[in-house]
Formats: sequence, structure tokens, C-alpha cells
Amino acid sequence: MAKVTFIEHDGLEQVVDIPTGWTLMQGAVQSGVAGIEGECGGSCACATCHCYVDEAHVDALPPPSETEEEMLDCTASERRSNSRLSCQIRVSDALDGIVIRLPEAQS
Amino acid sequence: MGGPAQSEPADAGMVIVGAGQGGLQVAESLRAEGYDGPITLIGEEASAPYHRPPLSKAILAGMMEEAQLAIRGAEVFERQRIALLTGTRVVAIDRPARQVRLEDGRRLGYRGLALATGARVRRLPITGDGLDGVLGLRSLDDARRIRAALDRAARVVVIGGGYIGLEVAAAARKRGLEVTILEAADRLLARSATPFLAGFYADLHRGQGVTVALGAKVVGLDGQGGRVTAVRTADGRTHPADLVVVGVGIVPDTALAEGCGLACDGGVLVDDCARTDDPAIVAVGDCTARRTSSGALLRLESVQNAVEQGKSAAAALLGRERPFTAAPWFWSDQYDVKLQIVGLSADHDRMALRGSPEERRFSAFYFREGALVAIDSVNRPADHMAGRKLLDRKAALTPEQAADEGFPLASLTR
Ligand SMILES: Cc1cc2nc3c(=O)[nH]c(=O)nc-3n(C[C@H](O)[C@H](O)[C@H](O)COP(=O)(O)OP(=O)(O)OC[C@H]3O[C@@H](n4cnc5c(N)ncnc54)[C@H](O)[C@@H]3O)c2cc1C
Ligand code: FES
Repeated sequence: MAKVTFIEHDGLEQVVDIPTGWTLMQGAVQSGVAGIEGECGGSCACATCHCYVDEAHVDALPPPSETEEEMLDCTASERRSNSRLSCQIRVSDALDGIVIRLPEAQS
Repeated sequence: MGGPAQSEPADAGMVIVGAGQGGLQVAESLRAEGYDGPITLIGEEASAPYHRPPLSKAILAGMMEEAQLAIRGAEVFERQRIALLTGTRVVAIDRPARQVRLEDGRRLGYRGLALATGARVRRLPITGDGLDGVLGLRSLDDARRIRAALDRAARVVVIGGGYIGLEVAAAARKRGLEVTILEAADRLLARSATPFLAGFYADLHRGQGVTVALGAKVVGLDGQGGRVTAVRTADGRTHPADLVVVGVGIVPDTALAEGCGLACDGGVLVDDCARTDDPAIVAVGDCTARRTSSGALLRLESVQNAVEQGKSAAAALLGRERPFTAAPWFWSDQYDVKLQIVGLSADHDRMALRGSPEERRFSAFYFREGALVAIDSVNRPADHMAGRKLLDRKAALTPEQAADEGFPLASLTR
């Protein structure tokens, strides 16, 4: 279980408890965090779950797969160095307290 | 205008039949569009709306828990004031009275109605279809049954080489089971993919040790003590099996629409804005057949279609036009191969290949009269995403450019 803070583009903050093994996307959509669509359900096929990971935590995450890399090149909002697809990030205790910022648009 | 008419119940709000991907989208888009009245989302399944695609992928492979499938948590329905009635079947629509009738006899008035009833698995018109161990895959309940059967099975026969059948075959094979795919047509994915892509998938599955039998028409199922033991094909062969998964397509669920006289043609007929021929009723997703503005009749079975039509339908219920005209897209995961499709390749006259099928990393670009109509991407997500833009913007890509790895596709989309 990890406490994850999602900050939407307009500044709205939501803290969500996400079970270990779930993805950030799953935790966010099930809690109704509006800035993540997750249209493909986590298949790394739609890029509507784009997020910016808090700089302090970026390095703690396993790097994106080749597929995620390519999808990240095609996000609707600007790709930054801390861009990730939230459906590809699995929650563990190590992510407790992580802050995730959401882009202006997902599609 | 005054208050509601005498005959109309005071609580008449928006009613959505079918609590799947499409139905949920209608409900949420109604709120997003600013509708403030009552919304009732009615579904006959016990579960709240969930993602279906993982059922044939991560769920069967045992890589995902059921709880992760839900699209929204209960508190989100509360927050959005969407009344979710699960385990509730709608049995009839009374259009003159603007009411739906529930299985338990209750009636619910509506101001606007959305049909999002999805589809049912097509049954095999042969004896033995009712034996234990013969299963179709559409719902979470189906997936539970198949997963339990996979835990015990040694030999799996998949009838039908469509996407669902192929994904089930891949999941079963990954568990180390003996897997046979029986396909009546002379290639896989006959309904939906080009012969080129079908050939790639036949090779892929064979390379993983799956027996792929084409032109294999199933004529009967054998059983013992009520359980399936084998599948017989027209060529006289018998394929032993302790689990048979039937994936021979789906039938749009149009019963309610037909029952109240809405126009149907292999699906509830809708336009690009998801409107039926009754101005108070819209329809979305797998239950629909869309008459596009260019006159073609389109039947799509995909998440994107359910989501986009859901957005159109919500707008239409509020008297707004939001046509769904984007190129259709779809994906499928089998083994470590990600397929992403955009556009409709059915009537292409030319193909250009980018990348390498041998290395399982390529995109097939399809053209008709010089114009790009579709792209199949295998493990090339960037091509797919660029392709979506190329198609939506009707960009002038040539087959030569498509085949040239050095040509930046994105340069045409900026
Ligand atoms: C195993 C599987 C894998 C898939 N994989 C992919 C994929 O990889 N990519 C992709 O794009 N698409 C995929 N799809 C297709 C996609 O899931 C569907 O196109 C989409 O779910 C359709 O949504 P829908 O709302 O139209 O129908 P559904 O999600 O089927 O929802 C319809 C709901 O209506 C309910 N209902 C029907 N009649 C009534 C009634 N009278 N009263 C109350 N409730 C009723 C049904 O019980 C059902 O819950 C897959 C589908 C399946 C089954
Ligand atoms: S949910 Fe589709 S890519 Fe993450």
C-alpha cells in the first residue's frame, strides 16, 4: 500500500491509497482522479494515462520499457524528462508519499 | 414549457441500459457536459463497470486480480450522483410512455434513454455446445470459469481464430498447455484483418507450439458424463480436449431495441452522433451498427468505439452534435507481441511495409487509390500513434515514404 498524491493540472489535489501490485493508473481511475483517462485499461496502447513523476521519485522507478518509451513520444501534452505512463508503474511500499502531476490533456 | 407533463413521472431523468464501458461513458459524459438531473445506470451483471480487454489477457494469464478490473470505485458513482443498479435486467422499453420495465416489474421513466447493451457470444449451431467444459468469453463470470478450467486442463481447443480466440490460445500456451486453434476459414482473423497480418499471427502461434488448423470446420463435440472430451472437424479428424473455448464472434444485443420497434440492421442503427430513429433514444458500443455520414454501415467492436460513441450519445441526449468521425483503433496483446490497428483496411489496393516481420517489429501501411486507409503496427507503438494523426488529418503519405524507415512520419502531422 502506498499513499499517492495526484495533482491535476488545475491544482486540484487528491491523495489515494493504492494497494501494492496495482498500477498508479488503476488507483487513480478507480478513485476518479479526473486527469487520467486510461482508455486501454493499462495495455500501454493509448497513452491517455500520461503523468509527471515528482523529481524526487523518478530515479526510484524502474525505467520505461521500449514500448512505453515509444508511447511517451506521442503523448497529447508535452513530454518531459519525468514523463511516464501511469499504467506501467506498479505500486510498492517504496512509492509511499510519491507525488504525481497530471498534464493538461490526455487526448 | 412548465413542469413535466402529467403522464411523465416526476423523476424522469437519463436512463442508461447496460453498465459496461459504453454505458458508463454516457453517464460520465452527461455530467461532464453539465447535465445536473438524475442519471440511472442499469446493468444485469453483478459487477460495477469493468475493463473487458484484460479478461482474455492478464486475467487468464493470472497476472491481474479481479479488483483491478473495475473502471471506477463505488465512491466515484456517489460523487457524480450516478445511481448504479447492478444485477438488474431491463426487459422492455415502452416508448409512448417513456418508461423502461425492469425484470422485477418496476418501471422507470426517462427523459432520455441510452442503449449500451453490448453483445452476446455467438453459440455453435452443433450438438454438444452445452457440454461442460465448452465455454465462451464475454464477461468476468466467463473469464472466471475459463481460468478455473485452465487450472485443471491439459489440452485446450480454441474454436475460432479471431482476436479473442487467439488471445485465449496465447494465455493457455503460456501456461504450458497443449493448444489447438480450429479455424473454419482459410486464414486467421478472416473477419477483421488482412491476409498478411493473418499469416503473421499463424506463424507466431505455430512458433510458440500451438497447432493452428485452417479450413477446419467443426461439426461436432464429443463428451463423456456430460463433459467435453473432443472436437470433431469435417475432415474426419478428432481433436481431444478437456477445455473448449468457442470464439466465433458475437451477436449484438438488440433485443430491447427490436422489442420497441427501433430500426436495427445487425445492430441498433445509429448515426455518427449515436442517435437512433427515436430522438429520445441513443445507442452506443457493441450493440450498434453505425450509418456513417458517407453512407457506409460500420460495425465496430472496440473500447474506442464504446467510449467515443458514449461521448457522442451524451451530447446528443442534451441536444448537441458531437459526431464520432475519428479513425477506428484497436489493440491486441498476444505473447510479447503488441498489435495496434488504426483505420479500416478492408478495401485497400496496396500495402507498404516498414520494419521487419522476422524481428516482430513492423507496421503494414494500407492504401486505397493512393490514400492511406489503415495501419497495422506490431511492436511499433510510435508508428501507430503517428498513424492515428495521419489518418485523422488525411495527411498525404505515400507508400514510398511509409516504407522508408528514414522518413519521419511525425513530420506530416505537425
Ligand atoms: C475478452 C474480451 C477482450 C477484448 N479485448 C479488446 C481489446 O483488446 N481492445 C479493444 O478495443 N476491445 C476489446 N474488447 C472489446 C471491448 O471490450 C468491447 O467493444 C466493449 O466492452 C464494448 O462496450 P459496450 O459498453 O458496448 O458493451 P459491454 O461492455 O459488453 O456492456 C454491455 C453491458 O450491458 C449489459 N446488458 C445487456 N442487456 C441488458 C439489459 N437488458 N438490462 C441490463 N443490462 C444489460 C450486459 O450484461 C453488459 O454488462 C474485448 C472484449 C472482450 C469480451
Ligand atoms: S492506460 Fe492506456 S497506455 Fe496507460
